[in-house]
Formats: sequence, C-alpha cells, structure tokens
Amino acid sequence: MNSVSYVRTEMASVRPAPKMYVGLVAWARENLFGGWLNSVLTILSILAIAFFLVESVPWVFQSSWTATSLRGCREAIAATYGEGVSGACWAVIRERYLQLLYGFFPSDSYWRPNLTLILLFVALAPILFTRFPRKMLWFSAAYPFLGVWLLWGGSLWDIAVIPLGLAVGCAAFFAIARAFGSLPGIIGAVLITLLFWIFLAGPLAGILQGIIPFLHLESVESAKFGGFMLSTTIGVTGIACSLPIGILLALGRQSDLLIVKSICVGFIEFIRGVPLITLLFVASTLLNIFLPPGTNFDLILRVIIMVTLFASAYIAEVVRGGLASLPKGQYEAADALGLDYWKSMRLIILPQALKVSIPGIVSTFIGLFKDTTLVSIIGLLDPLGLSNAIRADGNWNGIVWELYVFVAVIFFVFCFAMSRYSMYLERKLETGHDR
Amino acid sequence: MTGTNESPEPTSKNAVEISGMNKWYGNFHALVDINLTVRHGERIVICGPSGSGKSTLIRCINRLEEHQEGSIIVEGTELSSDLKGIDQIRSEVGMCFQHFNLFPHLTIMENCTLAPIWVRKTPRSDAEKTAMYFLEKVKIPEQAHKYPGQLSGGQQQRVAIARSLCMRPRIMLFDEPTSALDPEMIKEVLDTMIELAEDGMTMVCVTHEMGFARQVADRVIFMDEGQIVEQNQPKEFFDNPQNERTQLFLSQILGH
Ligand SMILES: Nc1ncnc2c1ncn2[C@@H]1O[C@H](COP(=O)(O)OP(=O)(O)OP(=O)(O)O)[C@@H](O)[C@H]1O
Ligand SMILES: [Mg+2]
Repeated sequence: MNSVSYVRTEMASVRPAPKMYVGLVAWARENLFGGWLNSVLTILSILAIAFFLVESVPWVFQSSWTATSLRGCREAIAATYGEGVSGACWAVIRERYLQLLYGFFPSDSYWRPNLTLILLFVALAPILFTRFPRKMLWFSAAYPFLGVWLLWGGSLWDIAVIPLGLAVGCAAFFAIARAFGSLPGIIGAVLITLLFWIFLAGPLAGILQGIIPFLHLESVESAKFGGFMLSTTIGVTGIACSLPIGILLALGRQSDLLIVKSICVGFIEFIRGVPLITLLFVASTLLNIFLPPGTNFDLILRVIIMVTLFASAYIAEVVRGGLASLPKGQYEAADALGLDYWKSMRLIILPQALKVSIPGIVSTFIGLFKDTTLVSIIGLLDPLGLSNAIRADGNWNGIVWELYVFVAVIFFVFCFAMSRYSMYLERKLETGHDR
Repeated sequence: MTGTNESPEPTSKNAVEISGMNKWYGNFHALVDINLTVRHGERIVICGPSGSGKSTLIRCINRLEEHQEGSIIVEGTELSSDLKGIDQIRSEVGMCFQHFNLFPHLTIMENCTLAPIWVRKTPRSDAEKTAMYFLEKVKIPEQAHKYPGQLSGGQQQRVAIARSLCMRPRIMLFDEPTSALDPEMIKEVLDTMIELAEDGMTMVCVTHEMGFARQVADRVIFMDEGQIVEQNQPKEFFDNPQNERTQLFLSQILGH
C-alpha cells in the first residue's frame, strides 16, 4: 500500500566514471571508432598517412646540405646512405636561400628589408590586438612611408612630402566642405593634393634636403627586388590598401546615388570578370603605350595597383554579403538616434558587417598573397620566378622538389598565421547569440 | 525627474503637426489625408487592424519613411526631402521598435552612450552618468556591462527605451513595443512606459495594450485602411465607439 513512499537512510558513495567513458580510451571511441564506417575510415587514413611518411621522411633526412651542384648532392647521398637512395638536395637552399628571400637586393643592405619586416609587426600590433596602446597607431600611420624609404632608399624628404600632400588635401577638404558642401570638398581636395604632388613636392623635398642633408639611404631600383621580400611587399601593400577600397566599393554599391552606385557596380563586375594575369600584363606592357614616353612608372608600383584593385573587388563583394546579412532594424535604429550616414556606418553597420565577413575577407587576403606568385609571368623575380632561374643554372639543372617545398613551407607559414588570426578575431568578437 | 527637456522653451506650441499628409508605396495609397496634432506632454495611443498604416504613420514622424503630400512639422521644423537637418530632428525624437533593434556588438552601456557621445558630443563620463540614471529608471543598472544577446526580451526592450531617453528626446515614438514579448515581460515594459508618461513625456504609441491606453492615454486614435477613422478620449473611445469599424475592432480585440 505504502509503496510510493521512500526515504533514503544513507547517502550512496560517488564513484569515478568507468574507464571506458573517460580519458584517452573514451576519446578514441568517440572520435575515431564510433560505428563501423568511422572505424574503416580511421584505419584507411592512418594507412595513408603512414605510407606518406614512409615515403617522404627518409627523403627529407637522407639528404645533402653541403654539395655545390645537383650531381654533387647525388654523389654525397650515395656515399653516405648507400647506392640507389634518393634523398633531398637541401644544398641548393643553403646556397641560394638569401636570393630566395631578398632577390638581388644589395647584400650589405639586407638590414633594410629586415628592419622593415620587424617594424611591420610593430605597426600591425596595435591594429591587430587591442591590448597595445592606442598611441602606437600613429606609428602604424607613418609606417607605409617609412617602409618605402627603407626599401627603395633615397632621401627621406622625397617620401615625407607624400603624406604632407595628403595633409594639405585634408585641410583643403575641410576648408572647402565647410563653405561649399562635401562633394566640391572632395573634388577640390583631390585636385589640390595632385597639384601639390606634381608641382610643389619635388622642389620642396629638394629644399628640405638642402637644409637637413642626412637621412639619405642608397637607392635600390625595383629591378633588384625579388624573392619573398617582393612577395611580402606586394602582398602586404595589396592587403592594406584593398580592405578600405573594398569597403568603400561595397558601401558605394549599396548607395542611393545612382552614379556612385553604377561606377562601383561597373568596376566590381569588370575586375571580377577579368583574370588577374590579364591585369598584370596590362600593368607590365600596355600601360607603357598609354603613358607619355619617358615616364618612369615603377613596375612594382604598377603591379601593386593592379593586385590591389583586383583584391578590392572581391573584398567589396564579401563585405556586401556582410552588409546584406544585417537586419534592416539596425540601420533604422541608427537613423532614429540621429547618427548621420558615415557615423552609423562606422559605429553600427560596418563593425557588425565586417565581423560577419571575416572568414571571406581573410580568404581573399590569403588568395591575394598566393597570387603574388603570378608576377613571375611578367618577369618579376618572386620566389617562383627565382626558382625557375635557379633551375636554369647548370649546377642545379633538374632540381624541382627541394625549391618548391621550401617556397611552399614559407607561404604556408604566412597563410596559416592569417587563418589562425582570423579565428582568434572571430572568437574575440563573439558577444553572445544575436537575437 | 531632472527634466526630460534640456532646452527651457519649447520651440513651438505643438510637438507634432501633421496636415493633409498622404503617403504611397508605389501605387499603394498607404496613408490617406492624415491630420493629427500632438501637443507637448500629450500621450497618444494609435490602434487599428494589421496593415492599417500605424507603423507607417509614426515612422513618417521621424522620417524613416518619406511622405509625398501634405506637411509634417516636428518641433517647429517641417520635414521635407531637402532638409539637411533630419539628423537633428531625429535626435530630438526617440523611437522604440517592436524588435528592440539594440546594437548586438556593443554593451548595454555603450548602446546607451553611443548617440549622446557622437551626436550630442557629450563627454563620455557625463554620458555614462546619464545612461546609468536611465538604466536605473528602467530597473536594470546591474546589466550595464552585458551584451544585448545575454538579456531577456523584456530587459532588451527596457534598454531600448533607456537608450532613446539618453538622448533626452522631446517626443517618444513606440511601435508595438510589447508585441514581440511573452506575457510576463509585457508588464515590466508597460510599467516603464507608464512611469515615463507620468513624468510628462510626449508619447505616440502604437499598441494593442488597451489597459495601457485606458490608464495613460489622453487620446486614442483608431486607424483603418490608412485613414484615421476615429479619435477620442480613452473612456469615450472604449465605452462608446461611434464608427462601426471601431466597434468591430474593439469587439474583436476585447471580446476574448
Ligand atoms: N516598404 C513597403 N513597401 C510596400 N508596402 C508597404 C511597405 N511597408 C508597409 N507597406 C504596406 O503598407 C500598409 C501599412 O503598413 P504598416 O506596416 O504601417 O501597417 P501596421 O498598421 O503597422 O500593421 P501591423 O499592425 O501589422 O504592424 C500595409 O498594407 C503594408 O503592406
Ligand atoms: Mg506595424
């Protein structure tokens, strides 16, 4: 009768979970051998990895680091590891790694690209990680000009007049915009900046050089740039410039102003419809035909412009996807609070849209960085162009894997770092589920 | 109350004056010959069946929608397409939406201080003090450093009200602020709105909460098919509706 009533008289003791359900065994059961299909796939994958390692590890380690030619390598390997062993000839990397890194940059000035790279990390730190002091952003703003000076050399004044022109342009914008509105302001500012650069910048730099004559580095011409230094220069500049241009294009594409919108749509669709190689050929050859004869428009600069335009069209589409993913209510709430267009974009819309777009943006960046190898087709000596040159050398004729493995590993490190950073950023910007 | 109106003198006698206003969506005549005057300190409730143009009407008041004919004068300034100072008007008119529309990437505190800092140029510390004052008023000061995604619907809507109040608006617009909420949260939001009404805020509310309308409204407006069909004091409106559309609507909404 009383069977529903129950009173515990003694508490049961707690026990550790059975071995099967915790630790390594449980992990393997869950992740590797859950179900027969899973188990079969696990075993096949292990076999595939094992096969790959058995084939490649001896090749990597039964190698020669000291020979001076491919034949020398083969002989050294045969002598050490026995006849018929095929091993890597890392000697080619040992002999040529400086060239693969710096191209034909004067070897007594290697400190300049090195310093530029170190300062790049200093300049990036406050942009990538908020825990660095905000004041460092001033250095980040100055860095592009410093970097150009360190790499190409010449007088610091020749470069300092460029940001000076921008400052003059900004001042002109505010002066004109206050009197005549923002559109005349923009046009006037662009004109004045260009006029400043064309007519005033040269003489001004000369005068300043006369007053303070030091701060002069030996000039290095663009033809001497090569290797990873060239890839990073093109890649980093392209990435840094394509993001803001891409964002502006995306906003323009959403704009109510018909002309702005048509220009942006036309630009994006044109660039996306044309292969990058075509654009690079235009940069290297056709542009010379259109420019007045005798103008010396730096080839690397031309390539950077093309790569930037190319990437910014893709960034624009990625960002547009992010903008479209925001509920209309966000735009309305920003409007209803009295924020003007630029403030609502900067404070409300873009932070959210860019957060959504991070994976796409970083993919585009990684793509851009790897696409810098295409410049070898127009004769620039990027790592792949140099590899071809090295393979044409009689001593190293016939070498393939070692060079490409080296190049691939370095590219992988850069791209993997970007990918990890984007994952870190996504986690950091997580603010609970959005409703 | 420290005074919701910063400026001492109201710039005009009426908060909102709408006369002969018409609005079309393409060929669809969404608002037909609207005439409506809202005095300072007046509380107005707008009700009507779905699709009758209630949202459209109050969204015209801060120009989230543009009207095509007639005039809308808000705090003495006429809304027109060439008006540069629309952001100025909008900063004087607070708005709460059905779906709150808080900014999910900012904390509650940042949501409340953003517009005062960037539009009103208030120093950050002052803006934070004001925000705290209003968050206390809507009874959620302890949530200030959370993100909107971590709050319940009712709390989010109260934050949205506080966010608007931080701009010290002269008029508050509410577009069905409780209709996306569960019943137990509706009360907390309505209590906040009642308190606001008692402080003398000029309010235009689209809502189907008839209890709220009876308690605080000075005037209830009934809309149907884009037109104002009937308006009256709440007691008269509910007890003795004149137009048969109103009678039908009230019998449907109060009948169960
Ligand atoms: N952007 C738009 N484009 C075209 N028609 C619209 C648009 N917005 C609203 N409408 C139409 O205008 C009419 C009024 O819409 P409104 O949103 O003002 O109604 P409402 O009274 O607020 O309805 P509810 O109670 O459902 O919110 C509806 O018939 C709707 O279909
Ligand atoms: Mg509505």
